[in-house]
Amino acid sequence: MRKLGWLIPALYILFLLLPIYWLVSMSFKTTNEILGAFTLWPKKFTLENYQKIFTDPTWYNGYLNSLIYVLINTAISVVVALPAAYAFSRYRFLGDKHLFFWLLTNRMAPAAVFALPFFQLYSAIGLFDTHIAVALAHCLFNIPLAVWILEGFMSSVPKQLDETAYLDGYGFCRFFLKIFLPTIAAGIGVAAFFCFMFSWVELLLAKTLTSVAAKPIAATMTRTASSSGYELGLLAAAGTLTIIPGAFVIYFVRNYIAKGFALGRV
Amino acid sequence: MDGKTQNQMAWLFVLPVVVLVAFNAIIPLMAVVNYSVQETFGNNMFFFEGVKWFEQVLNSDRFHASLGRQLVFSGTILAIEVPLGVAIALAMPRRGAWVSVCLVLMALPLLIPWNVVGAMWNIFALPDIGMLGRLLNDLGFNYNYTQQPLSAWATLIAMDVWHWTSLVVLLAYAGLSAIPDAYYQAAKIDGASSWAVFRYIQLPKMKRVLTIAVLLRLMDSFNIHTEPFVLTGGGPGNATTLLSIDLVKIALGQFDLGPAAAMSIIYFLIILLLSWIFYAVMTRDEEA
Repeated sequence: MRKLGWLIPALYILFLLLPIYWLVSMSFKTTNEILGAFTLWPKKFTLENYQKIFTDPTWYNGYLNSLIYVLINTAISVVVALPAAYAFSRYRFLGDKHLFFWLLTNRMAPAAVFALPFFQLYSAIGLFDTHIAVALAHCLFNIPLAVWILEGFMSSVPKQLDETAYLDGYGFCRFFLKIFLPTIAAGIGVAAFFCFMFSWVELLLAKTLTSVAAKPIAATMTRTASSSGYELGLLAAAGTLTIIPGAFVIYFVRNYIAKGFALGRV
Repeated sequence: MDGKTQNQMAWLFVLPVVVLVAFNAIIPLMAVVNYSVQETFGNNMFFFEGVKWFEQVLNSDRFHASLGRQLVFSGTILAIEVPLGVAIALAMPRRGAWVSVCLVLMALPLLIPWNVVGAMWNIFALPDIGMLGRLLNDLGFNYNYTQQPLSAWATLIAMDVWHWTSLVVLLAYAGLSAIPDAYYQAAKIDGASSWAVFRYIQLPKMKRVLTIAVLLRLMDSFNIHTEPFVLTGGGPGNATTLLSIDLVKIALGQFDLGPAAAMSIIYFLIILLLSWIFYAVMTRDEEA
């Protein structure tokens, strides 16, 4: 039993990789091959689908739009969450526990409930179809998450660090930027990772808040799929390309992923 | 008490967060509340209707059916994902180069945009040209997720297990890594069976992270929209129309704002209530 233990994760990973393999292999097939016959790997290997994406601005702008609002959102979420998480981890103040819980309830809000009011709100303030609108809207669930994760990391740093620094004559700002932030660098990395992740995978709000100028890649995909018939190869190529940024980010934070969850508190 | 200083100035630190989240949470929520008690005939004319929409939604068979499907869906995926995730985390190596490899590969589905997950499974499960659909049909199963409710449900659940079990694995693994080796050595000296080690050492130590895992999966499975929408569009018929799919149909498809808003509020309250009950039960002994 012990010896065969590795089989469980290995089979699980195989199960995870099969649909991904199918997507990737389909992206290298021609439409004729996909619809014509069942083949386990591309018989006529083609880069046509990728070529189309990289030469057509409506496609590659989708990627740029997605990356822009995801990065803006990650930056906003982490920057505003840092002082708030510090306050929750170090100070007691009026309504702190209620405030913390209220923040977390926003993580539960179904995007479907908010789609229409969000559209009206951002149209009313003239931000409809801008990157900043999507970035701000995603703050709804990413800021609570960032505060939650950062608070866990900050609480594991002993309070003596703060006190020693003040005794040494550091002001608050200099202490926070020069000493405290480097100490919790891992936590900032984990928080940024999760903000990136949830903003990158969310589609409903991103689609509702954009039409042309800031249209995310995911929306380009659904609209293309329905408008120009059944181009499965193209769809598969676009899907394959959306996996790459995520894989890249996971590789960088692989050692912190597990830790980030463990330190967060419920 | 907990080593924290009383300091009301801390409100200045949390102010940006409160402003940003409140802007996104309270204004839209108030809009939903407004719609839920009003009737509109277009032209931005609104009439107060009281709790009419709430009564209508709560008494409609359509809502009961979606809610029922939603509960079956959330219950099924929790019953599969949590034990499976724990089993995989237990079987994973504790140290060495393979840990990183496992974690990176397992985290992959979590970072794929949700509509791509739906599209990927749609392609994967096509009965004639998809790998899974073809395999099942060649094995003699009569499988077609666009025609048969049972196939559609099986695909939907397989997709969710594929997509989210890794989250449970990561959390459970993080909990397991936090157990000091001394605990295992002590158990070995006492001659404890592997079941006893699991029941009295590993499970209690994982309780905290498993609570987070179940809460996240419960909330997110209730909110799921994009993946089933891309996979089956709620069909065949209404077989896989979960709450959020039904809600978007009513709100954006038929533009029945009143009933949609009332349904939104009921829906949000159900999630809050379920999460709160679970949270209260899980943290009951810690409070005492």
